[in-house]
Amino acid sequence: MSDGKLVFTHGNGAIVEGAISAGCRFYAGYPITPSSEIAEEMSNRLPKVGGIYVQGEDELASINMIVGASMAGAKAMTATSGPGFSLMQEGLGLAIATETPVVIVDMMRAGPSTGIASKAWQGDIMQARFGSHSDYEIISIYPWSVQEAFDLTVESFNLAERYMTPVVLLGDAILARMRERLHIKAPDEMNIILRKKPGESSENYLPYKRDQFLVPAIASFGEGFFVLKDSLTHNERGYYYEKPEVQEKYVKGINEKIEKNARDIEKWDAVLTEDAEVVIVAAGTMARVAYSMIMEARKKNRKWGLFRPITIWPFPEDQLKNATKNARYIIVIEMSTGKLVYPVKWSINENARVRLVSWLNYEAPSPEELERLCEKEMNG
Amino acid sequence: MNLQSQTAAQKRSFEVLVINDRCKECGLCIELCPPKVLDRLDNYNNFGYRPTYIKDEAGCIGCKICEYACPEFAIFVRKVDKK
Amino acid sequence: MEELVHPLERYLRSEKLPHMWCPGCGIGTVVQAFLRAVDELKIEQDKIVVVSGIGCTGRIPQYVKFDGAHVLHGRAIPVALGVKLARPDLKVVVFGGDGDLASIGGNHLIHAARRNADLTVIMVNNFIYGLTGGQVAPTTPKEVVTYTSPYSPDSKPVDAVKLVSAAGASFVARWSTAYPVLLKESIKKAFNHRGFSFIEVISQCPELFGRINGFKSTYDLYQKIKRIGIIRRGISPYEAKYDWNTEISLGEFVNFDAPSYYDQLKEIIERARGEGK
Repeated sequence: MSDGKLVFTHGNGAIVEGAISAGCRFYAGYPITPSSEIAEEMSNRLPKVGGIYVQGEDELASINMIVGASMAGAKAMTATSGPGFSLMQEGLGLAIATETPVVIVDMMRAGPSTGIASKAWQGDIMQARFGSHSDYEIISIYPWSVQEAFDLTVESFNLAERYMTPVVLLGDAILARMRERLHIKAPDEMNIILRKKPGESSENYLPYKRDQFLVPAIASFGEGFFVLKDSLTHNERGYYYEKPEVQEKYVKGINEKIEKNARDIEKWDAVLTEDAEVVIVAAGTMARVAYSMIMEARKKNRKWGLFRPITIWPFPEDQLKNATKNARYIIVIEMSTGKLVYPVKWSINENARVRLVSWLNYEAPSPEELERLCEKEMNG
Repeated sequence: MNLQSQTAAQKRSFEVLVINDRCKECGLCIELCPPKVLDRLDNYNNFGYRPTYIKDEAGCIGCKICEYACPEFAIFVRKVDKK
Repeated sequence: MEELVHPLERYLRSEKLPHMWCPGCGIGTVVQAFLRAVDELKIEQDKIVVVSGIGCTGRIPQYVKFDGAHVLHGRAIPVALGVKLARPDLKVVVFGGDGDLASIGGNHLIHAARRNADLTVIMVNNFIYGLTGGQVAPTTPKEVVTYTSPYSPDSKPVDAVKLVSAAGASFVARWSTAYPVLLKESIKKAFNHRGFSFIEVISQCPELFGRINGFKSTYDLYQKIKRIGIIRRGISPYEAKYDWNTEISLGEFVNFDAPSYYDQLKEIIERARGEGK
């Protein structure tokens, strides 16, 4: 078990450490570049701490196994990349519908389809939000460093347990394999959250009755509650009824649970945005380059700032509005044809100031290259 | 629930109890009963089915084939307490 | 007048009855055999978890009073395995139809058998996709029609008993709704079996399968199932027949003892911890 130490590891390794520190003792996964190291490390580490590693026969087995394990009370995780994430969408929907906490890591890679396995991309940002069918809200987090990969994995488990929801932890092939210093926090340095337990078992137990934060206290299996977890639309009792009022209440509940708690969930970082005339918006690995770029710009007395959403979903709308209130330009930089640009536009409700620098080269740009492209957007 | 219980035939060893509103008139119990003591009622239950009833109380041999075959948990057999 | 209480009432979510299965559907009979098995073995009611996929058989958890999960089409087995591995002290049972377990769920069925996963899987085979209205299934015989095979199925059916046995299953049986007592006894054996147990139950679907193939009543179709379901003893699964015209062999075909999946994982944990951190 982690006991507060300093190591030098890659993003994948940091995620494993974070998961184990958070209390994850069940992992079911399928190998897929660039996330396979997570599976490998988990298969090594979990048995040592009494946990269980299963290599599923496919991603469908993996996602459904972690949902099952979590239904029975375990903290469970899987890791994949784009193609596997596509396969897991129905399972993610099952976790949403039954309000089962799980952590799903998507180490994004160049796509679409099989793409280029070992090369970074940021194209799954919308899929993290809308990949499964029908109406739901999701929590999705995107770290930009090895240390953040650790911290935010712990946070992912906390949010999953707190809100009884799946959490999609995004990463990319660069984060996955880059090595940096990692401080593995000691247990007393961290706050670990466990799902709320229902009170006494009774005939009147309503597993899906929401508390004041709109979160239900759902019993795990084997606790004497005879709880039914149904992927069909259900009422507070967990029972399926084909009635419009049941559907409406159910959909509202699932969505408002995240929506109404967004202020407490969202995380972001605003660097030198107070007086910025140009605010760069970037996430994950591209934000690392953007950070260097704005620091260099500031040295040349240019008023550039960086807004980095850490929770991509729920997107920190108000915070973005606040950070960009004085900006002339809001330049969204991403390694894709443009995904993050949409919640940016939705947040501030206008297009005029928003520009997109769409970097379609899977090797990260240099700060200078990026600066040139930003200039072009502003002058062009 | 609309219940029915066959009572007070002194010769009988077993009683056949039917939870009327669960019966869906599939007919398996009637067809499978070896001494053929079951039949359909003329009146309907609350779901529009005519439930099974025992027409010859003394004839039931207590084999429980009806109970085991019923997909509805609608029919079961009990030994009569003979004092 | 006394309130009538079925002997198995405590295992039912009574407020949900009568259930949604058609008059004469065999699924209710399978549920009854299962509940009797639980009752006779005196398994604690809060130590059982039933997991099902989508389909008529998939509705079972909605009617029985155990911890339950009604999950995705074909995915009951991985969910159930996750439950079992997180809480190995619980008894986890999977219910699914032929359309669920032997079609979309086929891969999970194969690997659960291979792993000797600690699950009892009960597959209700009514030769059709019932809930969606009567389409052809991989188990549908070539001699009958369905709503998506009006000319006859385009391929031979799969015999799940053979499939699961070839995948390495350690307990394989097939019964029918015509033999509820033998089914119950087999379920009891399966519950006490180490690792994976698979029981296929041939069942009648009178409203869709029966009606479109000219069976005039539940009893009519039931008699056909009773007639072709021949009980065999001491034969291998590969000698078992799956022929709509002559015979669908019933009985217990495979029963051997081997370390379960959880046994194997426990051994790995012990080895990992023995090697030190």
